[in-house]
Amino acid sequence: MNRFSANRLTPYLFMAPAALVMLLALFYPIAYMIWGSFRSWDPSQSITETDFVGLANYMKLLADPAFHESFWVTLVFAFSVVSVEMVLGVGLALLLDRKIRGMSLLRTLFILPMMIAPVVVGLVWRYMFHQTYGTFNRMLDAVGLPRVDWLGQNPLLSVIIADIWQWTPFIFILSLAALQSLPRSALEAARIDGATPLQQIWHVKLPLMAPVLIVTLLLRLIDAFKVLEVILVLTGGGPGLQTEILALRIARTAREFRELGEAAAMSNMLLMLLMVLTLGMFAFTRWQEARARRLRFTNQEES
Amino acid sequence: MSNTTYERQNPAFYVLIAMLIFMSIGPVGILLINSLKLDVNITSGAGGLLFMPTIRNYETALCDLLWYQPDHLRFCRIRFGGAFINSLIIALISTALTLVMGTMAAYALVRFRFMGRDTMSLSTLAVRMIPPAVLLVPVFGLWNNTFCIGRTTMLGEFIRDTFGGRGDICLAGTHSGIILIYVAMNLPFVIWILQSFIVQVPYSLEEAARVDGAGPFQTFFMVVLPLIKPGLAAAAIFTFRIAWNEYLLASALADRNTMTVPILIVNNASEFDGLGTIFATGMLLAIPPILFTLFASRQIITGMTAGAVKG
Repeated sequence: MNRFSANRLTPYLFMAPAALVMLLALFYPIAYMIWGSFRSWDPSQSITETDFVGLANYMKLLADPAFHESFWVTLVFAFSVVSVEMVLGVGLALLLDRKIRGMSLLRTLFILPMMIAPVVVGLVWRYMFHQTYGTFNRMLDAVGLPRVDWLGQNPLLSVIIADIWQWTPFIFILSLAALQSLPRSALEAARIDGATPLQQIWHVKLPLMAPVLIVTLLLRLIDAFKVLEVILVLTGGGPGLQTEILALRIARTAREFRELGEAAAMSNMLLMLLMVLTLGMFAFTRWQEARARRLRFTNQEES
Repeated sequence: MSNTTYERQNPAFYVLIAMLIFMSIGPVGILLINSLKLDVNITSGAGGLLFMPTIRNYETALCDLLWYQPDHLRFCRIRFGGAFINSLIIALISTALTLVMGTMAAYALVRFRFMGRDTMSLSTLAVRMIPPAVLLVPVFGLWNNTFCIGRTTMLGEFIRDTFGGRGDICLAGTHSGIILIYVAMNLPFVIWILQSFIVQVPYSLEEAARVDGAGPFQTFFMVVLPLIKPGLAAAAIFTFRIAWNEYLLASALADRNTMTVPILIVNNASEFDGLGTIFATGMLLAIPPILFTLFASRQIITGMTAGAVKG
């Protein structure tokens, strides 16, 4: 019996400040946005003066080729960065999961990219991708290869490369943590059975890491839909609409075109997309926990 | 097996590691080097590492904080100092508030069974995914129109009579407006990772405190908080980093006087002539997170793993 619950107000007092702030600055704005997405909303009006337009904002978006393009760019961006980062991050973790001198320094240096402000990342990469004095083109010159117009001809690729640089460390650190907490006995058993290193990875390590890897993947995928500043500084969404991800389009629709209703409708759609991903993650962890509990139970019965 | 035995590695392995380190910190090095170069040297093909480092860019960037007038400047155009102070105020206060509120909420979620607990913990988890871009429209509208003290209300009149001005004060354009949204944005994550630290605090310690006559709040501040210091450090770094680096919401809410450094960088990034200065500004913005990483990487990694692996 929990002695603290004698006073039934206590938990609410602990909870209140956080709940209040989140209600005021997250839930209320979201509700406001959903409401606004059904109205013809101009920033010069107060929202109560706006007209109710039903689904017009959504219809307009669904018929708008520019929105379609943003949507696809967002999906291509998110799925390509996440898949490359997964392969690289997990690969690096498998490679570096051994006792080496200076491992902690190495990890420190590897997590540096994710700590740096996205606007600064955008700034540096814009310099490196620059057509005439950028680092990459100078390197291509040095080895005698033709120059590449990174931001002009391959904008999406450039943006993807910058994101991979910044976020592969995230996958790397989490996979390394997962690897180092794997049960020693299973790895020993595989080694004694004479499995080659590759077989050990494929048949023992990866399956055992799978739960952590799936959560990591979903987390990173959700975050990939939030990326905005790097792209804003690197390409500004252009040339044309080639790198205009949804988040950027929302910001532009609100600020430049001053169509708040439409921007709200777009935000709603992005939110729904992310909600599906989050629910997926949720369901997965719940299932995982239930399975772990069941396994523990069976093991206890056996022993 | 002791931790000090190292396996011998193939030399090729070390070459690979050197390359990885170079790839990982290379861009940061480029930022640093360019911030120490004159614009001519940044854009001209020649040079590379052979140049005379200059602190001129830093002087230009920090001109409104310097006590002397740098000789290469006729007037101070980039007001970095003010933006830097705004960034500091906003990031520090929002981090402190988030930590206090977040720890209390996490404690309630771990230690008490109460009505609405499941809803609370579920919604905390769910709002972690909201991107700043989605908050842009409503936050801009609410902070400008709804979260105001009207000029006709008593408080509004009082403020107008005491401090002057129009009398209606909105959250937009104030430090508090930006702080409020950062606190709200960071709370879910902080609550989530602190939960996994609080779970590990042995309940018997709290019971002992109770027996000695401490109330729940005393127990929380005197017993629980000191025990979860590593978790607090991790949460603080993550919160600070987001508040320090965030651009979009700050740019929608800030006015000329409350502008933060990322806004200044984006506004000036496209200008060709001030390239060195912009790199210097970027370097100054990057320094606090770099220092954190170097000094507290263990906490950062623990926080990240606690936040992710637990789902």
